[in-house]
Order: sequence, then structure tokens, then C-alpha cells
Amino acid sequence: MAIEVRVPTILRNYTGGQKIVEGSGDTLSALLDDLDAKHSGLKGRLITPEGGLHRFVNVYVNDEDVRFLGALDAKLADGDSITILPAVAGGALGFAAAAALLGPSNRPAAALEQPEGPPSDRPAAALNWPEGTSF
Amino acid sequence: MARYESLLDACGGTPLVGLPRLSPTVPDGAPPVRLWAKLEDRNPTGSIKDRPALYMVREAEESGRLRPGDTILEPTSGNTGISLAMVAKLRGYRLVCVMPENVSSERVQLLRMYGAEIIFSPAAGGSNQAVATAKQISAEHPDWVMLFQYGNPANVRAHYETTGPELLHDLPTITHFVAGLGTTGTLMGTGRYLREKVESIEIVAAEPRYGELVYGLRNIDEGYVPELYDASVLSRRFSVGTRDAVLRTRQLVEVEGIFAGFSSGAILHAALAVAHEAVRAGRRADVAFVIADGGWKYLSTGAYGGTLAEAEDALDGQLWA
Repeated sequence: MAIEVRVPTILRNYTGGQKIVEGSGDTLSALLDDLDAKHSGLKGRLITPEGGLHRFVNVYVNDEDVRFLGALDAKLADGDSITILPAVAGGALGFAAAAALLGPSNRPAAALEQPEGPPSDRPAAALNWPEGTSF
Repeated sequence: MARYESLLDACGGTPLVGLPRLSPTVPDGAPPVRLWAKLEDRNPTGSIKDRPALYMVREAEESGRLRPGDTILEPTSGNTGISLAMVAKLRGYRLVCVMPENVSSERVQLLRMYGAEIIFSPAAGGSNQAVATAKQISAEHPDWVMLFQYGNPANVRAHYETTGPELLHDLPTITHFVAGLGTTGTLMGTGRYLREKVESIEIVAAEPRYGELVYGLRNIDEGYVPELYDASVLSRRFSVGTRDAVLRTRQLVEVEGIFAGFSSGAILHAALAVAHEAVRAGRRADVAFVIADGGWKYLSTGAYGGTLAEAEDALDGQLWA
């Protein structure tokens, strides 16, 4: 028995193109160590240098978000199914557009690759999103 | 029945209906476990998004960010666009929606019917092209106002002030609230309100898991978490795949007569998971969940008929929630 791990398209260069890989470990942390031994570099894309789960990575154990199950300390058992997904709530296209519209200075957290234009190119001022407002 | 001064005043106040056939059966003598559906398709344009659209426009008016005759720009291909189009029409604004060109024809027709203008970004170019299109539009029209539902506190406040109180009024014994996770506005607003009022309530998120095409980022750093999201409001978060969402959407109409969109099926899937856990634990549960919209806008997908595998194929690569 092993733990089945579904790998998203953008990380399959670490798994030789494999969509599903197998690993073992009694916690998510141990599983990622095991996977990294077989697929070098994978763990580094999921974990930050500080040792936490990357902000834009979601990991699900049997369809439940691991952040609510103890994160890297979440307990795993043989037969569990793990799904790794990049965080894109509601569709990347809309967000990419929104990020661009908000401008580089106060766009959403996504680090979109776009050249830093001169201030006159930036739409941020026109959109005037109130900063620091909280509910 | 009630009467209202205008359609905008008829927003919210939606019915909460029991689901006696879909609620799990409990052993004799065990405490009841019941499912309740909040029918948000009974809002003016047929979705839960009427609540935040109305709140966001009102807030922008009150703060002076939006003035009569202004143009609202929103990148949306879904219900928020339709809700904003209705509110904009009744409040005297022009609405421009930026959307990928591969959205369903129902949405385009609805938006145009309500008077919205649509700027398409080429689907083939992916997110790069959408960024380019959006940058071009904003550079050309610096005076247009974007309400930006993913970061707008009025989105959350709409649910804190309306959805939450309505639920507690209609179901004082509520133990779980389950809703979809997109902008996160519904869960953040309703969740915060219920956490303040109901001891040990569980706030449960159902997040749609789309086909792989939707996750076609170039790297992890292109991901996005809405500014409104605060994980501490949630108790649990489920990822629901297309097949489960379709299965539950069909059960809703077949078993309980509720014709809903696929996001509501995903939400029911998570609601059933927590309901069955309560049965196994022998705990009482009143699980309220959201019917986000009706199924009408999704009929052209063909996913209401045929096998589950066929439906899954039909929805592959689409944003069905």
C-alpha cells in the first residue's frame, strides 16, 4: 500500500511528466521528504524557505484542505489520496485581468510577470482601491 | 408575500427549505441530522451575487467613488457581472465587463439584455492575453471604476448583514454552514456573523476543482488568493471535483426538486460529508448550505443529461462554479 499523489501540470517536470506518483509517510511532511528523494526539487516548490506550505499551493488529503488538518503535520495513512493544486480561486483569467487592472502597486498578491512601466502607464490611481480597508 | 418599492429592495430574504429526502437517516433514538438549502436563486437576477453587487455599488456611491453616469469596469464572466448589470441599469451606470471569449452564450445574452457592454479577451492567449487586454482598456479609460469583488469589503459586509442574520433567524439551531469558495465573500461574511452568535458552529467551504486547463499557470507564483480570504473563519475546506458536483446537482433536482447550477452540487457534496460524519458520531446537526444559482444558465453545457463521464467531459476546462 502507498499514498497516491496527484501532481498538477506545472509541477510535472519534476515527476518526468507523471500525473500520479506514489509515496509513503505518516505525515504530510514525511511524505514530501519521501517524494523529494524520488523526484528531486519537488518539495522545494511546495515549501517555503521558512518551512511552511507555499501560499499559492493547496494540498488536499482525500479532498480536504490539509491546512485545516494540521498542515505539514497532518496524519496520513496508506490508501490516502493526495491532490496538489495551485491556488486559483474562480479562474485564472479573471484574476489575471483584475491584477493588471489594479496596477503593479496594489495588485493582488499574484506576482504576474509584467514589465514595470513608468507611473503614467499604471492604471492604479484611476481605480483608486481604498488601501487598508478591512471588514 | 411581501411588497417592495423596487426590484433592488427585493434582494435577499430568500427561503430556507428542508431537504427531508437528501438528509441522512439516523438510527432509532439518535439525534436528528438535517440538511437545509438557502435558495439564493430567488434573488432578482437569480443568484447570490445580487447581494454583494448591490452592497458594492451602494458603498461606492456613499464614499463618492461612483457618481451618476459613471462607467463600472469588472472582469467577470459569471453571476457577478449579471448582478452588476442589473444594479447598474437601475442606478444609472454603464457597465463594461471584460471576459474570455469562450464563455457560455447564455451569459453573454443575459449581460447584453441587461445593457452591459462586453469586451472579449481572446481565449487562445490565456492569461497573458487577458492581462494585455485589461491593461490596454485601463490605460485607455482611466476614469472607469472597478469594484473588484475579490478585495471589496462590501462583498463580505453584504453577507455579514443579510445572509448571516437571515440564516440565524430561520434556523436558530444551526450547527454547520456550507457555501462555495470563490471570492470568499459568502463564507467570510456569513461565517463571521454566525461565529459571533453560535457557539462551536462549523463554517465549511466547498471549493470547485476544475479540469486541468483551468490550472494552466506558468508557475506557482502566478496563483492567487483573494484579499478577502481569512482562513481563521473556516473550520474545514473541501475540494469537490466535477463528477461529484454533477452527481449532487442531479440529485438535487431528482430527489428534492431543486434545479440548481453545478456550484450548488459541489456545496451539497460537502454538506453531505459533514452530515454523515454527524450521523456516525451520533451528534445532532442542522446543516445549512447555499443554492448559489439555478441551472438555467448551464443547460447548454449538456451536463444535466447523459452519463456522469459524459457530463464531466462536457464541463472539462470550463468554470462551472
